[in-house]
Amino acid sequence: MSNLLEVKNLDVKFDTDEGRITAVENISFTLQQGKVLGIVGESGSGKSVTAKSIMQLNPGNTFYNNNAEIILDNENTLNFVSKEDLRKIRGGKVSMIFQEPMASFAPAIKIGKQMIEQLLIHRDINKEDAKKISINMLNRVGIADAEKRFNQYAFELSGGMRQRAMIAMALSTMPKLLLADEPTTALDVTIQAQVIDLIKDIIREYQMGVIFITHDLGVIAQVADEVAVMYLGRIVEKGPVNEILKNPKHPYTKGLLEALPDINNLDAPLKPIPGNIPSPLDRPTACVFRTRCPNPCDDCREGKTEMGLIEVEPGHWVDQCCINCG
Amino acid sequence: MSENLISVNNVSVNFDYQENFISKKQKIHAVNNINIKIKKGSFFGLVGESGSGKTTLGRAILGANKISSGNVIFHDDERDYDLTNINKQDLKEYRKKAQLIFQDPYAALSPRMTVRDIIAEPLEVMRITNSRQETDDRVRDIASKCRLNLEHLRRFPHAFSGGQRQRISIARALVSNPKFIVADESVAALDVSIQADILNLLKQLQNELNLTYLFISHDLSVVAHVCDIVAVMYLGHIVEMAPSRKLFQNPKHSYTKALLSSIPSIDPENKSKAIELKGEIPSALNPPSGCVFRTRCPNPCDNCRNGETEMGLIEVEPEHWVDQCCANCS
Repeated sequence: MSNLLEVKNLDVKFDTDEGRITAVENISFTLQQGKVLGIVGESGSGKSVTAKSIMQLNPGNTFYNNNAEIILDNENTLNFVSKEDLRKIRGGKVSMIFQEPMASFAPAIKIGKQMIEQLLIHRDINKEDAKKISINMLNRVGIADAEKRFNQYAFELSGGMRQRAMIAMALSTMPKLLLADEPTTALDVTIQAQVIDLIKDIIREYQMGVIFITHDLGVIAQVADEVAVMYLGRIVEKGPVNEILKNPKHPYTKGLLEALPDINNLDAPLKPIPGNIPSPLDRPTACVFRTRCPNPCDDCREGKTEMGLIEVEPGHWVDQCCINCG
Repeated sequence: MSENLISVNNVSVNFDYQENFISKKQKIHAVNNINIKIKKGSFFGLVGESGSGKTTLGRAILGANKISSGNVIFHDDERDYDLTNINKQDLKEYRKKAQLIFQDPYAALSPRMTVRDIIAEPLEVMRITNSRQETDDRVRDIASKCRLNLEHLRRFPHAFSGGQRQRISIARALVSNPKFIVADESVAALDVSIQADILNLLKQLQNELNLTYLFISHDLSVVAHVCDIVAVMYLGHIVEMAPSRKLFQNPKHSYTKALLSSIPSIDPENKSKAIELKGEIPSALNPPSGCVFRTRCPNPCDNCRNGETEMGLIEVEPEHWVDQCCANCS
């Protein structure tokens, strides 16, 4: 099966008052149609920046490296400059769901109008059809009284319903790739369970590719097929979800799993990962994880090692530095 | 001397609500007829979805919300404080003894004050210390207990990460030597790796300083780990209350069961479906009659469906309290 999305050697840097900082460094991954790639990591690890570079939504002070490629449907989207081209990846072939559904709807425009507006831009249809499609989609995501909701404002909906409406809007243009950036983090557990089920059903029905960003490993276990673990802008481990969660190799992945409170084992002590995530302004040289690594080797401590993923088992890639260390 | 630190007796909190200036005044029943006793030295957990009244109850216990009926009593060593009719002088005393840790460490700290000034502010406002030297000593003492680097006290909050900021908030709450702490979603905004660190710190401080916590959270696995006793709230009512092990190993109320089954499992092969609750939490403006949970209950009995049952906790096992409606239904 051919790849829907291919990201190669992506670096993202931002120019700030304090200097140029690295947000994402040398990231490569692929995504197939109908599959879900989960990206996990702490805040500041570059998860959202990675997703946003696919749609070129990063701010004006962003710099991409020259040999980076983001190939979607045989086109390198990083080369897109014209409005027509950008439109294709911003809502056409690619849609995005954000964390805070209140902030992603315009507060003074009715939900229905916002849904129609984007449909008219991306698909060659008239207003009547756009309305029909939108109401159908609202029904599909489980919003009762879809026609009534269609004529309401975002503040009139509850949090769970807003997130559903957001999903309906993102899917109504039939994108090939869905970027979900912490879509369930702001929701209660009961609503989160409903939204996860909904996203899974829709992926199966429409056969789209999904990049699911979250810091909740439980959510990843339930939705993703593949996982990439990010730390300070680097992917430190990636592979099939079962393999990564049951047989983690990188100390950071292990740390994340151990820090998670387990409801089935209340006697286990909570183990934090020692230290703090370094500021992007003083990024460690060589292996970025060495300042927090539980057992760094001498080379590593002195910053003499180089990072890079190696395949330890079929499909399971781990950063080489940590394999040599531990 | 009583073994309880806080007794909450039949407390209700209502808010007035008017949609616009011509419409009728209504009452929002945020918290209804709550009875809890918080033992000295315990870690009392309060869980529930957003809109269930957890925070309102926490604030009512601190005297930050008006209590509409019932009373809250704080049992200090020498005397009791009754928060429903407390005079200004006593309220000032009470505030030294009961403090709050907020959810968002980014919003809770003033960006224009140094860490030292942030931690010292309660001491100055409450006039606890008499000289600058004394204030400084107290600040340094509590900062080192909260594992803050003392050389960082002159810095401003923007220089710190989320976990460090939360430690600053904790230090500020503890500097007046309180006995009772309300921690309102204090780890919700943190990454898992730091969350574990803050929880361990809270536990450690509890032993060192003899604290009693009311820990408000929506994260059941966190509550299960740190709390001794847990109360589950739904739409202003406590629907189940038990020591945390009992509650999580043998939940009785259908709402608690649904909450537990909704936690996504870390094992990818465990695809067990969550007990799905229909719809969302109803508005507190017009809560369902009878049992408030009946509109989302997976198996309501006939009486319940018609709203003819009455709510109230009954003790089904020693120390395990469940709402009677659900105990009778299923």
